Parts: sequence; structure tokens; C-alpha cells
Amino acid sequence: MGKTLAEKILSAHGGQSVRAGQFVDVRVDVVLSNDITAPIAIREFERLGVERVFDPERVVMVNDHFAPNKDIKSAQQCRTVRRFAQAQQMPHFYDVGRMGIEHVLLPEQGLVLPGDVVVGADSHTCTYGALGAFATGMGSTDIAVAMATGQIWMRVPETIRIVYRGELQPWVGGKDLILHTIGQIGVDGARYKALEFAGEAVESLSMAGRFTMANMAIEAGAKAGLFAVDQTTLDYVRDRATRPFTVYEADADAEYVRVIEIDAGRIEPQVAFPHLPENVRPVSRVGNIPVDQVVIGSCTNGRLEDLRIAAQVLQGRRVHPNVRCIVIPGSQQVYLDALREGLVETFIEAGAIVSTPTCGPCLGGHMGVLAAGERAVSTTNRNFRGRMGHPDSEVYLAGPAVAAASAVMGRISGPDQTV
Amino acid sequence: MILQGKVWKYGDHIDTDVIIPARYLNMSSAEELAPHCLEDLDADFAGNVQPGDVIVAGENFGCGSSREHAPLAIKGAGVSAVVARSFARIFYRNAINVGLPILESPAAVEGTDTGHRLEIDLEGGVIRNLTTGETYQAEPYPPFMLEIIKAGGLIPYTIEKLRN
Repeated sequence: MGKTLAEKILSAHGGQSVRAGQFVDVRVDVVLSNDITAPIAIREFERLGVERVFDPERVVMVNDHFAPNKDIKSAQQCRTVRRFAQAQQMPHFYDVGRMGIEHVLLPEQGLVLPGDVVVGADSHTCTYGALGAFATGMGSTDIAVAMATGQIWMRVPETIRIVYRGELQPWVGGKDLILHTIGQIGVDGARYKALEFAGEAVESLSMAGRFTMANMAIEAGAKAGLFAVDQTTLDYVRDRATRPFTVYEADADAEYVRVIEIDAGRIEPQVAFPHLPENVRPVSRVGNIPVDQVVIGSCTNGRLEDLRIAAQVLQGRRVHPNVRCIVIPGSQQVYLDALREGLVETFIEAGAIVSTPTCGPCLGGHMGVLAAGERAVSTTNRNFRGRMGHPDSEVYLAGPAVAAASAVMGRISGPDQTV
Repeated sequence: MILQGKVWKYGDHIDTDVIIPARYLNMSSAEELAPHCLEDLDADFAGNVQPGDVIVAGENFGCGSSREHAPLAIKGAGVSAVVARSFARIFYRNAINVGLPILESPAAVEGTDTGHRLEIDLEGGVIRNLTTGETYQAEPYPPFMLEIIKAGGLIPYTIEKLRN
């Protein structure tokens, strides 16, 4: 039998041919952490008694979660990261003014490339699977070891292949496909496994749509969510790549634990109800749900393409008087591009606000924390109890089209009802 | 090592946001995090948990974020072990790395309720319910992982490895 994409990449990085179920020490190409997880990683790194990180070019830190500093303790955490990065002379430390939401920023800067093994102390590190990299989230202690040694142990995961057939309906994007998928297989449907996304419906997606899908692989419990590298991928990395890379392909006779076929042409925009991302319904069957806040942004949907969709819905319309609509470009570059394209003007004229890049409200940090009983529609990735604020608040997950339409209507709505 | 304590039982998909809400992630020590452990799920937990107590839960315990603050908060609260039907992947690694014992045993979860007393022989993976008298066998750790546990966590394991 042939190998899956995960088996191919982990074999190449482990210096031996490995199969699902085997344990292997792999060489890592990029090690990532942020202002929440890096302080613990730095503490554990120092316990190891190692002076220098294995390669300052390959250790990336981003102050994005509670930055710009939301309070004194966050300021101290950001300072811990800043000082470490300076002491280690890490060129890829990103602070306010240069930073973006890490999983928008790293691909944009060409730091993550096809065929890479990337480990990050952030569960949404799996986003880079969109580039055909094996990327996975870990805790701070694992990251400390990777920072010191350039290696980490992995159990090679089994792979579930999901094939999306057909042509997507209008307003349907990567977010709807992945929410639908999580609704099908459940929040632990891919626990300890990798996902491979395939089929003509996802081949038609832009990189932004693919990043959105890979980003939420973790919401099905997956270790990684991978796409095959194609012309769309190569066009994206061509002018960004900071170093050479290798493209790996799954074998035609690769062994999958499960193959799921999805008729993507029948999927309409999706909404995940509280308090699990698997509580998914098509937007036409949502009912009347008034909303207090709409968030458009995050590592899931904070790219230029996402903002264009939101702007298309908001153009010439007004955010409902009962709604606070918060738009957060995923990086300085996305912000600048959105400004130059006139999207920022559209948002502000519609009565939305536009924030500097930050993870902020997604995890109830700042820039849009919910009160008891409040409800948000959000293009983020988690709707767990208390995720965006008070434990008695509610988060409904959707793509940018539904989020923007809901902002206009003041209740959860599909874009067709608005535009 | 023998652990003993009272059971706090919870359901499926106990995510890291309820284990330690993100509003406390501006802190990173177990002592600071422990008073807020599980506060959005069970307001009585942090104030009443006793050293040695055991969390028993359903499927996919620790799903969600990679925050190592989650096992640190549980450990800091004095919990001696978590027994679940299954664990989310990142949480599983994190717990082993920080030295929080975790055991997979659907039968033990089935047969245990809040307030029961459990005795756990970590070496053999044997869980005894002292309240009902039943005994359960947990899933054995992969041999490789057992080495990390025996070393006292990933950092001591790696120090040893770097020395050789």
C-alpha cells in the first residue's frame, strides 16, 4: 500500500519510512508560539539549561492574542516574549505594528511552505495544512523542546480522506464546508487523526478558503488537516517563499482509515450553534435568532478574501442599530490592502468598526467581550461555553457572508435575505 | 504510585475554555490558575476540591485550545488524576508533559459517580472504586510515553536525552 500525505512528510522529516501508528522523532522546519503560550515555553526552555534556540530563523513568536496589551499582566507576558526574542536574535518576532494574527501572518510572510513540518503552541497551527505542510498544535513544553532541539516526537496519525464533489452554491465557502464536515463527523470525529481534503469543490477554493478549512481541522479533533499542493498553492508561495521547499503527494493507493464523500453542491451557508462547533444547521433552518454582536476576522476568516465578501454584503447597507459589528483584518498587510481597496470605508460607512489585528474577542480576551445573555455571530472557530466572554453568552459560528448579513438584519440571516 | 481521592464527575467534550477560561491566560503559574479551574462549568469545584481528588469525565476531555494552562490549573488545584473515556490529543500530550496522570477507562467512567472514592495504582493502571468495590483496568500507556512519565515529564526526559 502507498502512503498518505502525512506519512510522506513525516517519513521525510523522520529520516525513516514510517506508517500510521508509529512513533518517530521528526525534524521541524518552523516552531511557533504567541504571547499566551510563549511565556510558559520560555520558562520550560530555560529549565532545559540550553542557551540558544536551535535556529533563530526557524523559531517564530507573535504577540497577537492579548496584544496590543489589554492589561498589565498581558503587557508583562508580551514583554517576556519580546525580551526573549531580542536576546535570541530571532528575526521572525512580530510585535504591534508588524504583527498579524499568527496563522494569517506566517503564510503571508512566506515563513511556512509546502512539505514543512510545523509545530506551534497554538491549536490552530493546523491552518498551514492548506499549503501541503504537516502542521500541528502542541503545548508549551513540547514547543520548548522543539525550540531547543529542532526535533519533536510524533505519533504518525491515521488519515481520513474527505472528498468534496460538485460545484459550490453562491455565498458558500471554505467555512461552510468545514462546518458541515464537523457537523457530520463530530468534534471528536478525527481525534488523533489527520484529515486530507480533496475533490473538485475544494480544488476550486482560493488559498483563503483552504486556510479556513485546515484551520478548523482541530475542531474535529484532528492533528492536522492537509491539502494537496496544486497550481493555486504554488501561485501563492511563489513570491513569498523565503527558502526552497519540497512538494509531497499522497500515493494513489494510500491507506485511509475512512473515506468520506460529500456532495458539496448541496451545501448552503452553515451556522454552528452553541456550545460546540458540531451543532451545525443550514442558515435556512436557523429560525429567528436576534444578535448583539458580529465579529468578522480571526485566524479562520481574517483574510482579504473574507473581508471582500463581508464588504460585498455591507456595501450600501447599515449595520442594525442593535448590533455591534467588529471587523478585524488578520494582518497589517490585510488591513492595508482592505484600506486601499475601499473595504475599510465600506465597513465604517455601514456602521461597523475596524480594529487593528488581534485574536482579541475570539477567545474573550478584549475588543468585544460578551455580557451575560448576549449573543454573537462570529467568523471565528470555537463556540464553547464562555469562549467570547460571560459563561451565559452565546457564540454562533458562520462564514463572513452570513456574519455580515446578520449584522445588517440584527438576527442570524443568510446573505440572500439581505442582498 | 497509589493515588486516592473523591470523584468530581463531568460529561463529554470538557473543553480547555471551561477548564481554564481565556480571561485568565494573562497568568501562567499553576498557583494563579488553580482558583479558576472549571469555574464556568462548576462554581463549587475550585473552592471545595481536596488534594488527591480525581476528575472523571466522558469523551474527548480537554478538547480545544493547546493551552498548557489547562493541565497546570487542574494539577494546581490538587487533582491527582483525570480518568476519562477519551482525551483530546493536545491535552493528552500536555498532561503527560507536565506530570498530570491521565487514564483512559470507559468502564471506570461508567461505574463512577461524583462523591465516590477512587484508588488508582498508576503503575498498573488499576482503578478501584472504594465506594462500590468495583475494579477497572485503564488502557496501558504506549511504552515510549511511559519513559516520559517515568522521567517525571518531558523536560527531565529531554535533559537526560541531551546529556547522552
